[in-house]
Amino acid sequence: MADTMTPSMATRIGLTNWRQNIIYIGFVGIFIFFAVTLGHKGFLDTNNLLNIVRQTAPIAIMAVAMTYVLAAGEIDLSIGAVAGLASVAAAMAMDVGGVPLGILAGVGTGLIVGVINGIISTRIGIPTFLTTLAMMGVAKGTSMWVSGTKAVPILSDGYNWFFGGGYIGPLPVLLFWMLVVAAIGHIVLRRTTFGRWVLATGGSETAARYSGVNTRNIKFKVLIISSFAAAIAGMLYAGRFQTGRFQLGEGDELSVIAAAVLGGTSLFGGKGTVVGSIMGALMIGLINNGLILAGLEFSQQLIARGAIIILAVAISQNRKST
Amino acid sequence: MTNAPYDFAVKMTGIGKAFGPTKVLDDVTLEIRPGEIHALLGGNGAGKSTILKILRGVHRPDAGTLEVLGKRLTEHTPDESKRVGIAMIFQEMSLVPTLTVAENIFLANELKTSSGLIDDSTAVDRATELFKSLDVDVDPMAEAGSLGAGQRQLTEIVKAIAQKARVLILDEPSTALSTHDVEKLFAFLTKLKAEGVAIIYVSHRMDEIMKIADQATILRDGRHVITAPLSELTLQSIIEHIVGKQSRGLSGITREDTRRDNILLELRKVSGRQKPIDLNLSIHAGEVIGIAGLLGSGRSAIARLLFGIDPKMSGDIVVAGKKVEINDPAAAIAQGIALIPEDRLRQGVVLEHSVADNISLSVFDRISKRGWISQQKWSDLATEKIKSLKVKTSSAAAAVRTLSGGNQQKVVLAKWLASDPRIVIFDEPTAGIDIGSKSEIIQLIRELAREGKAIVVISSELNELLAACDRILVMSDGRLLRDMHRDEFEDPIAGQHTAAGNMQFAERKLQTTLQEVRNNG
Repeated sequence: MADTMTPSMATRIGLTNWRQNIIYIGFVGIFIFFAVTLGHKGFLDTNNLLNIVRQTAPIAIMAVAMTYVLAAGEIDLSIGAVAGLASVAAAMAMDVGGVPLGILAGVGTGLIVGVINGIISTRIGIPTFLTTLAMMGVAKGTSMWVSGTKAVPILSDGYNWFFGGGYIGPLPVLLFWMLVVAAIGHIVLRRTTFGRWVLATGGSETAARYSGVNTRNIKFKVLIISSFAAAIAGMLYAGRFQTGRFQLGEGDELSVIAAAVLGGTSLFGGKGTVVGSIMGALMIGLINNGLILAGLEFSQQLIARGAIIILAVAISQNRKST
Repeated sequence: MTNAPYDFAVKMTGIGKAFGPTKVLDDVTLEIRPGEIHALLGGNGAGKSTILKILRGVHRPDAGTLEVLGKRLTEHTPDESKRVGIAMIFQEMSLVPTLTVAENIFLANELKTSSGLIDDSTAVDRATELFKSLDVDVDPMAEAGSLGAGQRQLTEIVKAIAQKARVLILDEPSTALSTHDVEKLFAFLTKLKAEGVAIIYVSHRMDEIMKIADQATILRDGRHVITAPLSELTLQSIIEHIVGKQSRGLSGITREDTRRDNILLELRKVSGRQKPIDLNLSIHAGEVIGIAGLLGSGRSAIARLLFGIDPKMSGDIVVAGKKVEINDPAAAIAQGIALIPEDRLRQGVVLEHSVADNISLSVFDRISKRGWISQQKWSDLATEKIKSLKVKTSSAAAAVRTLSGGNQQKVVLAKWLASDPRIVIFDEPTAGIDIGSKSEIIQLIRELAREGKAIVVISSELNELLAACDRILVMSDGRLLRDMHRDEFEDPIAGQHTAAGNMQFAERKLQTTLQEVRNNG
């Protein structure tokens, strides 16, 4: 609010910077911790490290889009289910009409869901929290229904190589997907009017509107970007597993939102960095990988992961007031 | 100064506007020359904000024409008005706190490199230049949220200038500013004026108007009263034009002398974080005191401090002879203090719930036993309050939504009175309600005083203070500068006015006092 207690500017900036950089400090800290404790179990093997990248890429790509959604002061809970739906749609369409139709179906799924989310949220005015929560069920139900809950195999080697399974030299194609999306996401958020307007909309919708920003349009677009990214992630899952399946991406929304928040994006809008979100996603991948190598059971992994995420987010959050 | 092919930067002629059956503007003319600072004056409800909103394209006029820079405006939208060069400085409304100053200044108007990307370094340079040329010290790289009120206000203006505004509207720009910042602002406006910008300046502070404005237009009750150069107007004549011949309807309320019992509430040298400063004040049981002051004088700060919303930094609060600490609203309620806030409908009632539920909302603990609500006590309480406040409702079970505005306000009052407070603070008790309900609420305030409660009324409506209060305290810059008995506002020569005339005399005297304390401290 207008007159929050303002300690001297220097400490304020110092404090925010410290909090904003916690992701890098945490990342390095956790990496060193695992390197020391799990080094003998192969944590530092190049293969294992590239594996972390492969597993993290879809989360990272969705986290880039989520940065926009959160920075605009909105949220998208439907991404995990949309990823699953897109994987099913791509696989089934490919079966009928080959790779081009498959890609079209996957991407189209994302765009259609995004437009529906956008219309419901900005025209009817239902909060995105609700719209996308409901859409999560709709998308998941649709993918279960059209696929008869069965896995749909993808037989095109070309597709499977390009969307997730392939390698260029020793490097997985997924690494390049992640880097390209991160680069585009970063430049658009930092250096284009659209990105600036997203940050303005989330920082203060009233102020943005009074300044001439079409905030409804901005919200509409970030929801489309988010669904589009989820569809890409779903198609990458499909390529890596050579299968379209409704469970692909299930529950990813939690990891994605956590990745963005870990990276310094504010749940209250107005602040966000794409690089931070990528780092957040990698950190979550790191934690997952470490917990598996440590020999924890899946149930224990869930608990440990949840606890670590809450801890990290709690530290990285800016306190609203003292 | 300018060789523009038009005489007026803004020429509004015969503007009329009605909201439903209420006519808020009737045949109003407003003409502003380029390179002129034009004061727009009038009391509450005079129509100032409506005409500015029409100029800003927020409202469409029902009648009349609007010319900007010599061109007739036919499309009335905020975008169109912005496009033709009209900018309005909102109270800290158009800055995004999470963006930097430079980013804010060029928001929705970004500077770009040849490749189409945002060019922030040029933006910072341009902003630095602008601030320098206007002799203002604001860091373009700082986050807007970290700026002080004065810097924010100046940034808003720089933003408007950067977007090539030719007509600049400032609505109470100085309320959040220190004296030093006001000087800066004025120097700034003088420079803009020299560059041919037309400036509309709205303020209740006559000392500022007298100092900065070239021309003034006064509105009253939605009508144009006068437009004249400031050199031809005196403070007295301005106030007379603003107040007018009729005091709007509250003169019929009789105010018998209340008993002054023991002192119920006493403040000893109380200071808040910024306001109030060294406040000494005592209120007797059965007394209604009014707090008057211009916007930003700290009148609402007293309410927030007493109700535990803002912290007290020093001094003592004494309730019924006992020193108390009020750190939050719950502590205030425990001391028998109730605050009826300005934004009653939003903070006060649950529209979908019944009248009875709303009334009992804050006292459930008092009408229930071990968590079970006593139906008997619940309905008794509602019935009693509906009766005593004359709430017009079909039944206690009707949803508050179904009631008229004035009656919804009464439900809010009933809710606060249900806790049976000893001290009641009203912040703008009649804002936004019709004149009939207004006088009913003022009568209710008098009645509460008769029951022995101590009452504080904070209001910007002078006639309301004069109708309701036994004593009126006048504040400026957080300090209490006058403590006047209501009788001091009467014309010493008795019997020469009607009731309405008396009220008008008192209102003028109070208005003059308000301006005096700002000038002389």
